[in-house]
Amino acid sequence: MTTRSISAAGSLRIAKAFLRAREVSILIVILVVFGATTIYNHSFADPLSVQQLLVGASVMMMLAVGETLVIITRNVDLSIGSVLGLSAYVVGDLFAHNPNLNILLAILAGTGVGLFCGIVNGAIVTVVRVPSLVVTLGTLYVIRGIDAIVVNGLQINPSSIPSSFINLGYETIIGIPWIFIIATVLVLIVGYAMRTFRPARDLYAIGSDPAAALLAGIPARRRVFFTFVLSGAIAGFAGALWLAEFATVSSVAGLGYELLVVAAVVVGGVAIFGGSGTVLGAALGAILLNTINQALVAARISAFWDEALAGALLITAIAFDRYVFLRRERALRVRLAARVNQ
Amino acid sequence: MGEAGSDRQPGNLGQQISAQPPASVPDEAPLLVLEHVTKWFGAVHALSDGSIELRAGEVHALVGENGAGKSTLVKILAGVHKPDSGRITLDGKTLTLHGPAEAGAVGIAVIYQEPTLFPDISVAENVFIGRQPLRSGRRINWPAMNEVVNEVLDRLGVHLDVSTLARGLSVADQQIVEIAKALSFSARVIIMDEPTAALSNAEVERLFEVIEALRAQGAAVLFISHRLADVFRTCQRVTVMRDGRFVMSDAIGNLTVESIIRAMVGRDISTLYPKTEGEPGAEVLRVEHLTREGVFTDVSFSVRAGEIVALSGLMGAGRSEVARAIFGIDDRDAGKVTVNGATIPRRSPTASMAAGVGFVPEDRRQQGLVMDMAIDHNIALASLSRLSNRRIIRRSAESKLAADWAVRLRLKYGRLKDSANTLSGGNQQKTVLAKWLARQPSLLIVDEPTRGIDVGTKAEVHRLLDEVAHQGVAVLMISSELPEVLGMADRVLVLREGRIAAEFSKEEADEASIMRAATSQLVRGAARQ
Repeated sequence: MTTRSISAAGSLRIAKAFLRAREVSILIVILVVFGATTIYNHSFADPLSVQQLLVGASVMMMLAVGETLVIITRNVDLSIGSVLGLSAYVVGDLFAHNPNLNILLAILAGTGVGLFCGIVNGAIVTVVRVPSLVVTLGTLYVIRGIDAIVVNGLQINPSSIPSSFINLGYETIIGIPWIFIIATVLVLIVGYAMRTFRPARDLYAIGSDPAAALLAGIPARRRVFFTFVLSGAIAGFAGALWLAEFATVSSVAGLGYELLVVAAVVVGGVAIFGGSGTVLGAALGAILLNTINQALVAARISAFWDEALAGALLITAIAFDRYVFLRRERALRVRLAARVNQ
Repeated sequence: MGEAGSDRQPGNLGQQISAQPPASVPDEAPLLVLEHVTKWFGAVHALSDGSIELRAGEVHALVGENGAGKSTLVKILAGVHKPDSGRITLDGKTLTLHGPAEAGAVGIAVIYQEPTLFPDISVAENVFIGRQPLRSGRRINWPAMNEVVNEVLDRLGVHLDVSTLARGLSVADQQIVEIAKALSFSARVIIMDEPTAALSNAEVERLFEVIEALRAQGAAVLFISHRLADVFRTCQRVTVMRDGRFVMSDAIGNLTVESIIRAMVGRDISTLYPKTEGEPGAEVLRVEHLTREGVFTDVSFSVRAGEIVALSGLMGAGRSEVARAIFGIDDRDAGKVTVNGATIPRRSPTASMAAGVGFVPEDRRQQGLVMDMAIDHNIALASLSRLSNRRIIRRSAESKLAADWAVRLRLKYGRLKDSANTLSGGNQQKTVLAKWLARQPSLLIVDEPTRGIDVGTKAEVHRLLDEVAHQGVAVLMISSELPEVLGMADRVLVLREGRIAAEFSKEEADEASIMRAATSQLVRGAARQ
């Protein structure tokens, strides 16, 4: 928001604000990781390798968009990994039984599965008023359980999925993978909406100060319900595309994704206690985590380091935010004291 | 700018209200009337007769002691609470509010004591949250919104960057943003709850100019303040409340500081306070130049064994904060605390406890008790090391200790194994007291020991504090109730804006002198030159 500053402020201020924006610093970190890895292993910058990088980040980017909406309202959705898994299997199963199924219809079906899960989450959080951490931890297991029952030990094989659908995960246009274009369009649309529409702005207010939101007459429960529905729908949508990417699905699809996504979102500058952050930052956070993951592979460092690094990055991001916050609070208190004593 | 900018122009406040008679005409029809409004919170009767009459073009002061029901009245006008009975009329029509949004829609704006801005969004958006100016496709028109807010701030004579986040704003600037919000609503009734409490003199001046401008434009301003000097400067009429009731209302010209204070406190000190005389012993607590920047400054005093010292003052004067810093919950920036000659390190409640300090916090439900834990465990909680053998708690000793104290404090309970939730407010407080008394402290700090407690239990708590003092414990009591302060304390310290403003012996202390020291209209008036 700082980059929207008025013209009078001068270009220096705009430049400073630009550098302070989380999105820019993450982009820089991504480029540094990318550059350093390329120096070590030149094939990391090959077009095919970059494409692979973008494909790998796409599903995580989409999930990060939904999760961002929820976290901005000071809630969390831990069920997205399970929703993705269920949706991926349902879409795969539909293809297995109807080989000529329209691709759009299949994606719509996956989205519908997620939408339904989101409605359940949102209803329990806002109507029964159980903390979302508990609710979605519960639905994480419930949905995974339903998934296991539906899958029943089977597996959908690439042979039963139409190649036109799998192409979504592989084909490129002017060198850019389709799935990455879809994820980017989603990020841009939701990012634009978050800046532009009143209900979206309400989400920031709710997360920023729930009590004040009440005093301002914001329909907080309706808004929060809506974010869970959207998060679920996006996870369902991402589930369909996950199937396009991997072409095979069992009952463990998307297992553990929720925590990676929360980490990506927080690294991307979305405050874990709500109120601030952008969809674009969260998506870049997802790309960063995926880039690190791929870089470790390219640098032939054990994959065990991957999760440790992701965790360390998360803690660094949060500790840094907290440090900046405390310093600002302290400065404010001193300024107030100076004013009272004047 | 487009259409959105012009139809949301907040500058129409003047035109809209110009239909009303000009401000100088006396005895015009009231704009907003509250008649005999009551409100219960559970068993607490927060408001038993809320009545007030606001006219267009006046600044109306609402004064009263802490707990007189002012804030409840404000929240009813703001649509936050629904009254249990009584009547509100606006323009002669009965008004029923279903929530804060409706209050805003009918033109009532509230500026709370604690500003209620959203720290993470911009100044301009804070003004317009939920009703941002739109352009085609229901999209927010950011340039128009920023421009409108800029105009409003210009009219208030304030220069703020409307696109910065609200987080960094000073309290004064936050209040200005709240006022801008009220203006953008075209509010006809503007309620300000203690607006000057956190402001410097220059900022208070600016606020008064704004209030005068609002009044001249025909708005009705309800000005709630403890600072009588401010009341005399800005207000035309005054309404006094006491114990949840309307006491009187009159034009400022017919009143004096003395007559208002008399109306605020005028009641008999009941026989609730069984304080007996005793000879104070050696000094137990010594506080020297204690400072926490922006909260309190250079606070020095001592408490002797067998003495009850009351820390009095208005809400927000820093009383609880001083107590928390002494006990070590909050950090301090400068100063020294000594208990029985030993220096207490900062930020260490453990060290304070080891030195013999007990602390009964203001909010017993949140901080004093573990509500879901059994009564006996709660009582024993601060004595566990004494009840343990090689770090294993001896349950029998724990039960015995709890049973002993329950008898000594005449605790009314079902079983000691029931959770603290099951106790009444007064008995919860006794349980917290028992927890600390079981440690045999040499200094007991009690913060609002009888808030929200029924009269009978209140007297018991007072008797208990007296008894404790008699046994040679030094007691530091924080209380907002003047009768309690006067009835219990051997000495009274009055805090004002984080500094000790006055000290009274039991003989010197009376309600009027404490209120005067706490509000101190003289000092502020002089400083404002």
